[in-house]
This record gives sequence, structure tokens and C-alpha cells, in this order.
Amino acid sequence: MSKLLTRSTTAGVLYDAPGPKALARYRVFGVLSLLGIAGLFWYAFSALNDNGQFDPQLWDAFQYTTIQQRIVDGLVATLQAFGLAAVFSLVLGALLAAGQFSDHRPVRWACVSFVQFFRAMPLLILIVALYYGFFAKEPMWALVLGLTLYNGSVQAEIIRSGVNAVPRGQGEAAYALGMRKTQVMTTILVPQAVRSMLPSMLGQLVVTLKDTSLGFVITYNELLFVGKAIATQPLNAAGFPYIPVVLVIGPIYIAMCLLLTALARWIEARGRSGANRRTSPAA
Amino acid sequence: MGFLFEDGNFALFRDGFLQTIVLSALSALLALLLGTLLAAFRVSPIPALRAFGTAWVTVFRNTPLTVLFFAVTFGLPPLGVHFDHLTFAVLALGGYTAAFVCEVLRSGINTVPLGQAEAARSLGLTFGQTLTQVVLPQAARAVLAPMSSVFIALPRNSAIAGAFSVGELYSVQQGFSDGDGYSIFAIFFWVACAYLLISATVALLFRFLESRLAVAR
Repeated sequence: MSKLLTRSTTAGVLYDAPGPKALARYRVFGVLSLLGIAGLFWYAFSALNDNGQFDPQLWDAFQYTTIQQRIVDGLVATLQAFGLAAVFSLVLGALLAAGQFSDHRPVRWACVSFVQFFRAMPLLILIVALYYGFFAKEPMWALVLGLTLYNGSVQAEIIRSGVNAVPRGQGEAAYALGMRKTQVMTTILVPQAVRSMLPSMLGQLVVTLKDTSLGFVITYNELLFVGKAIATQPLNAAGFPYIPVVLVIGPIYIAMCLLLTALARWIEARGRSGANRRTSPAA
Repeated sequence: MGFLFEDGNFALFRDGFLQTIVLSALSALLALLLGTLLAAFRVSPIPALRAFGTAWVTVFRNTPLTVLFFAVTFGLPPLGVHFDHLTFAVLALGGYTAAFVCEVLRSGINTVPLGQAEAARSLGLTFGQTLTQVVLPQAARAVLAPMSSVFIALPRNSAIAGAFSVGELYSVQQGFSDGDGYSIFAIFFWVACAYLLISATVALLFRFLESRLAVAR
């Protein structure tokens, strides 16, 4: 009985431990789906191969140190924009969250409408407007500011819901001890909120990292932009290396995001205490 | 602010607006179908399918949407795949969102009480029947809130399609910005209003669904 109760609610509950007949059926399905997936891969491979995408000449570009250097530069530019946007958005998020808890109604309303507006706005539209409006010479600041406004608003919402999720008694006890509002917030509520909301906040940082690729549209010299520049300048007669570029750039992004996610998991596992509420980041 | 109603701008704006809605609706449909299928893969008893689902989610959730659009728009034509820009955009946006739909559904499946699936199995239902008739309908109810944030994000993400030659609200902004002398902020204001309208509509739709599907427990 205890085994039944402690069993985790994963896929295992959806089907019985298979008997001999079911096992045979699973094997058939397993082989069929393996074949299907292998067929899919084979189709993709042969489509790439038939169209000469594995032609060594097409991949030649990546052998040149100048091009390798450009990719590294693009990577650095991406990380630079990400780092700035991450720091600024966390600061802005903290400020906006504090504003939403303000005792002064105008401040509260201003912060709430600011957060709601920038959360609903497509980031691309925001970045492009900033680019044409203010930063036509410096696309990086348009990108960083756009990312900060959007992600700062999302972070503010995360922090706010975290503070609201701290048990009411905590704040009441602190007030009863004679603390002032600032003290209650900074020493009691926010530390607990941040601990429980850390996974969501780090998840939003992954979104921030992915969104730096929007700098591509405003000619910021980041990874994807560099990739396109490489792809549009063929070095030889083999053609435009769009697919090789995607096959190089894509995994770099995936690796960066997975690293950040792993870091988030690690921090979450370290700081786990009490009920952690976890929300998945929006697309 | 009045530029919207000058010399035929409104028609241009309306076309972009409609295109955004068409693109979002088609992508949402693809994402929902593909996402449900992937979620079923991820909880199925067959390891190969589980691995496929996991791989899809890992790849598509961690690739920036801009890179996906880039891959689809420039990567498929050299392989002899020629669709119009809208179809390419639907493929990229749908495939990306499907990964998120899959994750939301899977976490929803985990919230359905254990006894439900066990009762279904002890009544002799197969895996398919258990999933489609007992677990998924209950999971769908539990995931409405997180699902709504995925589908509110979708029209926002569709703006990126505008940067890849789909005649969408974003490209309306671009078209006006290219030197008709209109203030960038007037344009921004109207485009912003259009997006706010769309996401508010989606949010309302989900709230309506939630109240319709609510079950007193």
C-alpha cells in the first residue's frame, strides 16, 4: 500500500506492467516507431545529401580563422547584450515590484499599467521602435533597452506573485515585532519570495537569452546576424551556406540555453526548502 | 495619431492585422495538434517515442524563434521545398509553440489524480482509451491557465514572422517607417493597440472556456 501511495505520478501510472502479450505488442510498436523515426532521419539526411548540403566546399567557410573569429565575436556580442539585459531587467523588475506594493495609489497604478503594457507588447515591435526612434546608431542599446523593459515587467510579475505567496503570518509577525514596512519587505518577505521564485526568474533569463537573437532584425552584430552575414557571402561556387550556418548556430544557442537551465536546476536543488511553486515560462 | 485615417493607410493596416490573425490561428492549430501528439509520445510506454518527444521539446524550446524562422525561410528552399512565406511561418511558429504545448499538457497529465488512471485501467481500458477518455479531458481543465499564457504569447511571437517577409502587423510598422514622414511613435501606438486587442481577446476566450469547463469538485 505504501508503495502505491509513494509512487510518483509519472507516466508509469497510465499503463499496467505489461504481460507477455502486451510486451510483444509494445515490441512491435517499438520497432515500428523506431523504423518511422529512422525513416524520418534518413529522409532528412538524403534530402540534405541530394541537394549537395554535405559538399565539403559548402562547409569550407568554417575553416577560416577570420570566420571563426567572427562567430566568436558574435557570441560575445550576444552574451554582452544578454548580461546587460539580465542585470537591468532584474533591477527594473525589483523596482517595479516594489512600486506595485507602494502605499501611494498613483505610484501603484503607474507601475501596474507599465508592467501590463510592456508584458503584452511584442518584443520585436518594441525593439524596432526604439531602434528607429532613439538608437539608430547603436542597435545594442535598442536591444538591451527593449529586453529590459519586457523582461523587467515579467520579472516584476514573478516577484510580486512570489511575495504574495509568502504565508500571511510572516508579514503579520514582522509588523507585530514593530518592524517598518521597508524592513518587513527587505528582511522578511522578499528573501522568502526570491527563494521560491528563483526557478521562474531563471527560466525568464533563458527567455531573455533566446530573445537576444532579435538583435538580428536591427542589424546588431550578434550570433545570428553574423551567421546570416556568413551565409550571404559564399566563398566559392558551392553556393550559399545557409544550412551549414543553421547547423552551427542552432546548437550553440541550444547549448547556451541548456547550460543556463542546468544552472537553474542546480540552484533550485540547492535552495529547495518548503513548498516551491514552479511555473513554466511563457513561450 | 491621426495618420491611421489618412490616404489609404487604414487598408494597409487592416491587411496586416488580418494576416497576423490568420498566421496566429493556423499556428495555434498546428501547435495544438502537434503538441498533443508529442505529449502522448512523452508518456507512452514505447521508449523510442518517448525519446523522440523529449528530443523535440529540448531542441525547439531552446532554439530562439528567430533562428527557427531563419532556418525555415532560408534552409528549406535549397532542399527543394518551396512554400509561400505564410506556410513557412506557420511551420516555424507551430513547431516552436508545440514544444511548449507539450510541456504544459504533460505537467497537466501529472496533476490528474493517480486513482483516475488506475480506475480506468482496472476497468480494462487500454492506454489509448485511458489517455483520451479519462486523463486528457481532466488534464485539459487543469492546464487551461498555463495554456492561456502560451497562446497569449503566440500572436506576440508572430511579429517575428513579419521580419521574414510575411505581410503582418510588424511589416506594416516597417512599411510606414520607411520614410513617409510619419512619427514612429504614432505608428508604434496603433500597432501596439492592435496587439493589445488580440491578446486581450485570447485572454477573454480562455477565461470563458475556464468558466464553461469548470467542474465543482
